[in-house]
Amino acid sequence: MEFQIPVLAPAAAEITLLALTCLVLLVDAFVSQARRDITYALTLVTLVCTAWVAAFMTGNGTQITFAGHFVNDPMARVLKLVVLATAGMVFLYSRDYLERENIYRGEFFVLALFATLGMMVMISAHSLLTVYLGLELLSLSLYALVAFNRDSGNSAEAAMKYFVLGAIASGCLLYGMSILYGAAGTLDLATLSARVADGETLSDLWVLVGLAFMLVGIAFKFGAVPFHMWLPDVYQGTPTPVTLFVGTAPKIAAFAMAIRLLVDGLGSVGDAWQSMLLVLAVASMALGNIVAIAQTNIKRMLAYSTISHVGFILMGILAGTDAGYQAAMYYTIAYVIMATAAFGMVILLSRRGFEADNLDDFKGLNRRSPWFAGMMLIVMFSMAGVPPFLGFYAKIAVIAAAVEANLTWLAVLAVVLSVIGAFYYLRIVKLMYFDDPGDEPAVEGPSVLKLALSFNGLLILALGLFPNGLIAVCQHVFG
Amino acid sequence: MLSDFPLLSALIWLPILGGGALLWLGEERPDAARVTALLTSLITFLISLPLFTGFERGTAAMQFVELRPWIESFNVNYHLGIDGISMPLILLTTFITVLVVIAGWDVIKTRVSQYFAAFLIMEGLMNGVFAALDAMLFYVFWEAMLIPMFIIIGVWGGPRRVYATVKFFLYTFFGSVFMLVSLIYLYMQTGSYEILDFQSQSLGLQPQIWIFLAFLFAFAVKVPMWPVHTWLPDAHVEAPTGGSVILAAIMLKMGGYGFLRFSLPITPDASRELDWLIIAASLIAVVYIGLVALVQQDMKKLIAYSSIAHMGFVTLGFFIVFAVYARTGALEGAALGMQGGMVQMLSHGLISGALFLCVGVLYDRMHSRRIDDYGGVANTMPKFAAFMVLFALANAGLPGTSGFVGEFLVILGSFQANPWFAFLAATTLVLGAAYTLWLVKRVLYGEVANEDVAALDDLNRREFLMLGILAFFVVLLGVWPAPLLDVMGPTLDQLLQQISISKLVP
Repeated sequence: MEFQIPVLAPAAAEITLLALTCLVLLVDAFVSQARRDITYALTLVTLVCTAWVAAFMTGNGTQITFAGHFVNDPMARVLKLVVLATAGMVFLYSRDYLERENIYRGEFFVLALFATLGMMVMISAHSLLTVYLGLELLSLSLYALVAFNRDSGNSAEAAMKYFVLGAIASGCLLYGMSILYGAAGTLDLATLSARVADGETLSDLWVLVGLAFMLVGIAFKFGAVPFHMWLPDVYQGTPTPVTLFVGTAPKIAAFAMAIRLLVDGLGSVGDAWQSMLLVLAVASMALGNIVAIAQTNIKRMLAYSTISHVGFILMGILAGTDAGYQAAMYYTIAYVIMATAAFGMVILLSRRGFEADNLDDFKGLNRRSPWFAGMMLIVMFSMAGVPPFLGFYAKIAVIAAAVEANLTWLAVLAVVLSVIGAFYYLRIVKLMYFDDPGDEPAVEGPSVLKLALSFNGLLILALGLFPNGLIAVCQHVFG
Repeated sequence: MLSDFPLLSALIWLPILGGGALLWLGEERPDAARVTALLTSLITFLISLPLFTGFERGTAAMQFVELRPWIESFNVNYHLGIDGISMPLILLTTFITVLVVIAGWDVIKTRVSQYFAAFLIMEGLMNGVFAALDAMLFYVFWEAMLIPMFIIIGVWGGPRRVYATVKFFLYTFFGSVFMLVSLIYLYMQTGSYEILDFQSQSLGLQPQIWIFLAFLFAFAVKVPMWPVHTWLPDAHVEAPTGGSVILAAIMLKMGGYGFLRFSLPITPDASRELDWLIIAASLIAVVYIGLVALVQQDMKKLIAYSSIAHMGFVTLGFFIVFAVYARTGALEGAALGMQGGMVQMLSHGLISGALFLCVGVLYDRMHSRRIDDYGGVANTMPKFAAFMVLFALANAGLPGTSGFVGEFLVILGSFQANPWFAFLAATTLVLGAAYTLWLVKRVLYGEVANEDVAALDDLNRREFLMLGILAFFVVLLGVWPAPLLDVMGPTLDQLLQQISISKLVP
């Protein structure tokens, strides 16, 4: 067989990111601690360049390259930009925290950039192999990031849990892929889809077994019940900037992985994975919302809140219609925007040697800083699904998709559980507005963080008042 | 030229922007905040007056319509318009908000800007609820309203404010989410979120019943109807005076408005099938809650329970139409109950607001709401006593006040449905008189109870002004309700036509 150089243009963004990340790695090795800002600046430049390339240089429509392993389609373009923007926000939020806690090191930036690359590969995956490749690049970077504060016992514990459970989940995913590969004889998702639909060449049983194992991997990455155990511990144990990163952008990648594997690859056995997702979705919404009430640590609370949001995302996917996928994508993006702001608030309230991760640290915030209390109010009500904020429309879209798919009972159950969930978001608002600040100090933070956080909060409000743009983008992707 | 001015949008966004400006202003200059709030609410009230003067009587069509696409992807429009039902309620909102701002003028000392901002934002959202003709837009306003109210009760409320406000929020939030699922279901049927499309969509009985129950839950919590009324006494007691006034005068009316705008026209057959449910709950509210009001020790709680009983009249008036129609075969009799319900809503808005303001006047001086702490107030506060007696009598349904008109019409209508309904409903004339007059007797009359009461100052000019304006309208509506009935007439007639025709799919 003759070797052909593949068309590289569709992967231009990934290539740019990889090249520039290697440059950052190289430069960082020669930069002294006092001049670490060079790494920081280079990292931001990397993201901006990659985003520019991803937005303008990768063509239109659907292009498949690398012998069918890599696809660049409208969904990939949108999700990559969201991932890059999220990563950028994470860096803006994190810089001063890292410096203050003496963990302002190059590794953070390089690892996060490699994780971003992994996510972009996952988003553009068009074969089982590429999905796995991207996933491992992402996961290994994240394990290292979680453990990155070497002096902290909690960090090490969280990283250990994450690594062991993550390795099992990856193993399951790989096992499921190998079964499918054995049964269908192909790694390519389009071919796989055709052969599964054809049904003559492979038995249903093998497809189902392979599917079940792959679903474990997807559910783990999302943090859906019962594969959610790692989430609260990892969120709580890691330095907040890392939590911010782990808790936001990878959900986009997980969503992309679910769409690529389930919809693109195994769409013809939709009934099978829809019923599996149904169980995961209901369990996630129920457990996430109820257990969150009992938390006193805000990072744990947000972890359980994430689990319940994942339930909503899965509910959109399991509707099995274009409207459902649109809704799930919209929900995922909305979730990432809200979670970024929520963890950003925790970073803002933290001080040297003090993590503001107890709920009580929010006490009387309205007296200490009315502006940021207002921002957190927006985030909390948005997460609870109260209009006129972004989270409300995300919930509407998902619920509408469920009703359209004749799952009205699921829609009713979801809204009831979201009312239960509203309680713990209200508690934060209560702490901020109704309680006395006690001896909590005034809010002081770097102006970059304050600006970014204000932008983030106002974005949630603006996308709530004018929701059409983002919804239209999601509709354009599937439709 | 004037007709092109987006009046309804201005009524929604002007107060919201005013509220935003107050938040921006911060807490350093409370006097500037007060003046800004008063000006904003006054301007809003003034620009709401053309709704009444420019309102075309004799038609049931929507007026002052604004229509532009909002969320094209979901086919949601920014569609505003008013008819004879919503126009009076918007006027009530803008009017009461001015009073609330005056009532909080020098009573509120902490976080002044935020206090007034919350009320102004509330005002805009409430106008939005009444003006929205798109179900999704309606729902957005309906739910968004909870946020400022949550803050108002929680920040400036009484000792158990946190419990009360969380209960208030979760109760009403829980009630509305079922409505949301229904609205989405209706969207799937009609392909749009237009309320008017929902109204003309034919539906089978089974879906109608489900939708009706979902709406019922949302609106019953808001009204509130027995047995989902338990949040109201808590919220009322703990809320600051302004919050109580807005709750009683306007937010409760949204439940009634919802029945007229959604339940009856969208699910007429289910309403006919299940009207007994509402009638029973309304009569229980009138009788049982009336008895409960009798034994209250706390003035605000007493008025809160009295509100529930009076709102029972509203729902009774709306839902006896089917029984009347079945019995007499004519729509004229049925119209009485509905008109009565509407008048009752507006009149209760004025009277309950006034009574809460009266309690607020006393509370600001004595810092107690317990009836036992008072006695003989009339001796030291004669002007105040005169007002309070007037409002109490209006609350008891004295002829010549607005309270009488609504109750009388509803009783008249229910007599045509079933004399027993009328009999039970009429007990309110006894019970209502009993609990309000007994309240007046214990608080205002008798010997001066203690030194604190002896030291009371009578109304200052600000308080006199706000109670005086309210008294004027309570009496005006009582002796001359005709303008109001004229405005509502065509809309209610059309509504009756709509609900007398079955929507069942043949």
